[in-house]
Amino acid sequence: MNISTTLTVNGVKRTIAFDDPRLTLLDLLRERLHLTGTKKGCDRGQCGACTVIVDGRRINSCLALAISHDGADILTIEAVAQGDRLHPVQEAFLAHDGLQCGFCTPGQIMSAIGLIQEGQAGDDPERVREGMSGNLCRCGAYQGITEAVLDAQSVLDAANRREVA
Amino acid sequence: MKTFDYVRPATVREAVAAASESGAAYLAAGTNLLDLMKGGIIGPSRLVDISHLPGLDRIEDLADGGVRIGALVRNADLAHDQTFARRFPAVAEALLSGASAQLRNAATVGGNLLQRTRCAYFYDVASACNKRDPGAGCDARGGENRLHAVLGWSESCIATNPSDFCVPLVALDAVVEVEGRAGRREIPLEMFHRLPGDAPERETVLEPGEMIVAVRLPAEAARFAAHARYLKVRERTSYAFAVVSAAAALRIEGDTIAQARLALGGVATKPWRAREAERMLAGARVDGSLFRRAAEAALADAKPSGDNGFKIELARRIVVRALALATAGTPERVPALPASPFASVAGDVIHA
Repeated sequence: MNISTTLTVNGVKRTIAFDDPRLTLLDLLRERLHLTGTKKGCDRGQCGACTVIVDGRRINSCLALAISHDGADILTIEAVAQGDRLHPVQEAFLAHDGLQCGFCTPGQIMSAIGLIQEGQAGDDPERVREGMSGNLCRCGAYQGITEAVLDAQSVLDAANRREVA
Repeated sequence: MKTFDYVRPATVREAVAAASESGAAYLAAGTNLLDLMKGGIIGPSRLVDISHLPGLDRIEDLADGGVRIGALVRNADLAHDQTFARRFPAVAEALLSGASAQLRNAATVGGNLLQRTRCAYFYDVASACNKRDPGAGCDARGGENRLHAVLGWSESCIATNPSDFCVPLVALDAVVEVEGRAGRREIPLEMFHRLPGDAPERETVLEPGEMIVAVRLPAEAARFAAHARYLKVRERTSYAFAVVSAAAALRIEGDTIAQARLALGGVATKPWRAREAERMLAGARVDGSLFRRAAEAALADAKPSGDNGFKIELARRIVVRALALATAGTPERVPALPASPFASVAGDVIHA
């Protein structure tokens, strides 16, 4: 079966040919495009390490078939910083010790970016914890993660206000 | 994972034709399907990808006051649609209490109705399971079964349906629109899922190839908006399936319940409508023992299927709590911890 999928990955249009319809979006990113920042944890949608943003929404890339996402626009951890300037969510994870071993961190950061874009959590730590519950952290850095998300959200809100003004 | 042919139809008619062949399965987001395929629990020979079909991702207000939700509407989009959430708050709360944000962003309305049980013996291909392998037996019967069914179960299967979304939907008389080779038909959601009997592998009344195209709620369902809640006991606060859950929707006039709707989740292979309890509540004045009596009526036929007798009393108590919270009134906004019972009647979170 010869399959070809066209995706925009981190702003670049890519046409990827493959012969096995079982290829997940996660395996396409890691094995075919060598974008290994997106992690494979459970590979069953339980841990969130594979979280990427597809057409503006955070999803588990391990439970998405590449062949079904023809035409999709994908953002991965590799493209959230601008050159040497980290994304405000990355900065906040460093400032608040939102990680220990770092394996879940790309998924946490992509999930946090998605959460902030969704605009449902506001400055309520309970809503942040609830909104981040699809990302497990075996090191237990949850306290720092919650603080980082709240901090990044306030930084991004202030930046948005400046843009509007 | 077993390999498969991939088909992407352009119309519902083409999809139905492609899915009518033996071994075919519909693919929408795939959040449940791919998990089952990766585990070797199912192995469809053909996937019919309906995720690109046009026109199935709309939430339409109908002329008669009802709402029609396309089968491909994502769970998160439905829950965050302000008009929908205001009219059907218990449905929004149920959706937001299910899965994780990532899964809700992908998972569809039709897929939610067709999700498979989370029974560990169904998932473990080394175990006997009549649902996965008809006639093989049921290892859940003598196994780890504290979370299994207490209503409507049979000797051949004690699994539960894991959907949160379906619980308020069944309470509010939702109707499922399906299309098949013989055309379009409508099925009340209450009739959509089957009890296991001696054929637990048949989980719904869908015929081969039939596809869900929409779910409808009638105008009357919005009349409960001021007093509607979904409550769900889980083994952890978030991102967990229900041990038991309840949707309660009331129409209150003065100090009297004019009309009541009640359904339970996590107790059977289908969302469980508690009609006897509804009759008891209708026309009654709220007093100290009313909700308890309704809860006892709702669970009157319950019996343990294993080490799960506790679920019967837990279900009674969650019914009482759901009715009390519904009486107190629908919150302005879905609570920070949707459907969590760990909040006081006034709505204050009581655990930090």
